[in-house]
Amino acid sequence: MAVTSNWCRCTSCHAGYGWKDRHFDFAPEKIDCLVCHDTTGTYKKFPTDCGYPPLKDKLFAGKKLFKAVNLSYVAQHVGRTSRESCGKCHFYSGGGDGVKRGDLDSTLRAPSRELDVHMDAEGLNFTCATCHTTVAHEIDGRHYDTPAPGARRFALPKDDGHRVRCESCHGRRPHRAEKKLISLKHLKLNDHTDRLACQTCHIPFYGRGLPTNIYWDWSTAGRFKNGKPIVEKGPLGRPIYHTKKGTLKWGKNLVPEYHWYNGTMRYLLAGEPLRLNAKGQVLLIAPAGEPDDPQSRIFPFKPHYGRQPFDPVKRTMVIPKLFGNKGSGAFWTEYDWQKAVTAGMTEAGLPFSGKVAFIETVHYIPLSHMIPPKEKALKCAECHVRQGGRMEKITGIYIPGRDSFLWVDRIGIFICVLTLFLVTVHGLFRMVMSLKRR
Amino acid sequence: MKEKIFLYPRFERFWHWTQAFLIVLLLLSGFEIHGSLRIWGFEKAYYLHVYCAAGLLILTAFSIFWHLTTGSWRHYWPVKEKIPQICYYYAVGIFRREAHPFEKRPDQKLNPLQRIVYLFLKIFLYPLQFVTGGMLFLYKWWPKLGIKATFSGTVYWHLLGAYAFLLFFILHIYLTTTTRPWYNHIRAMVLGWEEVEVR
Repeated sequence: MAVTSNWCRCTSCHAGYGWKDRHFDFAPEKIDCLVCHDTTGTYKKFPTDCGYPPLKDKLFAGKKLFKAVNLSYVAQHVGRTSRESCGKCHFYSGGGDGVKRGDLDSTLRAPSRELDVHMDAEGLNFTCATCHTTVAHEIDGRHYDTPAPGARRFALPKDDGHRVRCESCHGRRPHRAEKKLISLKHLKLNDHTDRLACQTCHIPFYGRGLPTNIYWDWSTAGRFKNGKPIVEKGPLGRPIYHTKKGTLKWGKNLVPEYHWYNGTMRYLLAGEPLRLNAKGQVLLIAPAGEPDDPQSRIFPFKPHYGRQPFDPVKRTMVIPKLFGNKGSGAFWTEYDWQKAVTAGMTEAGLPFSGKVAFIETVHYIPLSHMIPPKEKALKCAECHVRQGGRMEKITGIYIPGRDSFLWVDRIGIFICVLTLFLVTVHGLFRMVMSLKRR
Repeated sequence: MKEKIFLYPRFERFWHWTQAFLIVLLLLSGFEIHGSLRIWGFEKAYYLHVYCAAGLLILTAFSIFWHLTTGSWRHYWPVKEKIPQICYYYAVGIFRREAHPFEKRPDQKLNPLQRIVYLFLKIFLYPLQFVTGGMLFLYKWWPKLGIKATFSGTVYWHLLGAYAFLLFFILHIYLTTTTRPWYNHIRAMVLGWEEVEVR
């Protein structure tokens, strides 16, 4: 699944004016200033107009009305970005509210303290740009320029500078007792920062705002009931079957998966040979990092599972054309994977054998948003436990309580129990002998 | 005939029982941190372990001072005499109501076997546990202190020490009862006075 060949639908967010084919020129004048700087809330892009807003009233999918944007009114009311303006795209990544990220959705417009301690509308009231600082329009974040962890610079909100890391404001030993001079608890918590990212303890669950998509099976897409498309809603109020999309699974308040992470992700690019994990799933985007790398930390992720089309002969992922007119081969008008992939791969300029099959996939989304207040952070025993702890699958470090030296324990317990047995026998024999004498 | 002798002055009794209490708590909390027991929960067990360790460290500092200034360190000086006889006593003689081959006196409170075990405890086991435990507590400072070790290797030695303490604890408790009446040694450690056979 990719933007390529689906431009006019995807580029309503994947930014730029008029990105309608692969010949798009990324010139500065194609940048949409208003999508970020509108403060009126009236600037909305039409979902299928290649990144353009509607200039006259228009219906989307024959149902939803998009009103014509009054450009001069919007232009006279430009200002700083807000949760609302960033959220117009970022809350809806993956094609709907909360679908892809698991830590970003429309509940962050005016979140409670419990949902996000920094963005708390009645508290600190941070915007996205409070942390995602910009210098000359270059926005700090994982996908741009440098990976988010980057250098550990210190930059408080009153200063200029790059501030996207937790440590930028909180420092490297962030836990401090409010009253006591020395607190054992805070000393020990600070000890953890060499191997754990802040997010690991402070994002105990994801999908806390709205349900987030956890599994997306494209292979079942294209079923009809009496010739009509199907949309079947599940218990969380989200579609569990959608003719255009296939079978979907959703989750709320989910436990993250933990991996070593150095701030960069390994991407499987279109046309690259498949990389599989131990479960046989294709790793589309996976965290990079090793336990012996001092820059790597244990980090929480949302795994996003799916079943996606691939080329079983060339063993590469394929890009299907989903969106387009009748006759273009687009899946959402013709419901034929063969045609859709042929069209998509032609547009992408990639080789395609002509065969389509489906394969299990996974991509990992690092979780950094929706930090609850500190009382909600993980407690010691959620990781320091023999079995079933959150760090159960983390390798490369010794975790007290989880790990042990099996043979030391076995021999140690054996010797102690044997000794206990021998002294008991010795004692009983003493009692018997003294009773006999009487 | 029996006679009462004064063996344990006030500080030694205080030291012994405080130490016993701390070591029991250290064993319980330590094995909870290790994942073998469940009593207080990991977090409280951790704090308890550190506080008890700090307490034991302070107590040990005072007791070292006590032993050096009063000269009681001499009680731990190893001697060779009577070791086979004592072994024979615990294996056979004790069941025949034979007398203990060692004569307890205020100037020699510990029998030769006790001397060896307690000396081992003092010069090997205590330092081992204090050093490895302190290292685990301060593991973030290793680079600054110039310590080159692995966390798991340090845990390994600390765990071995813990089992050694547990083994000592079991044997020690049992051996306190090997007298007549069975509570005689324990009473002495509480009151200071012990009843001994006059020979």
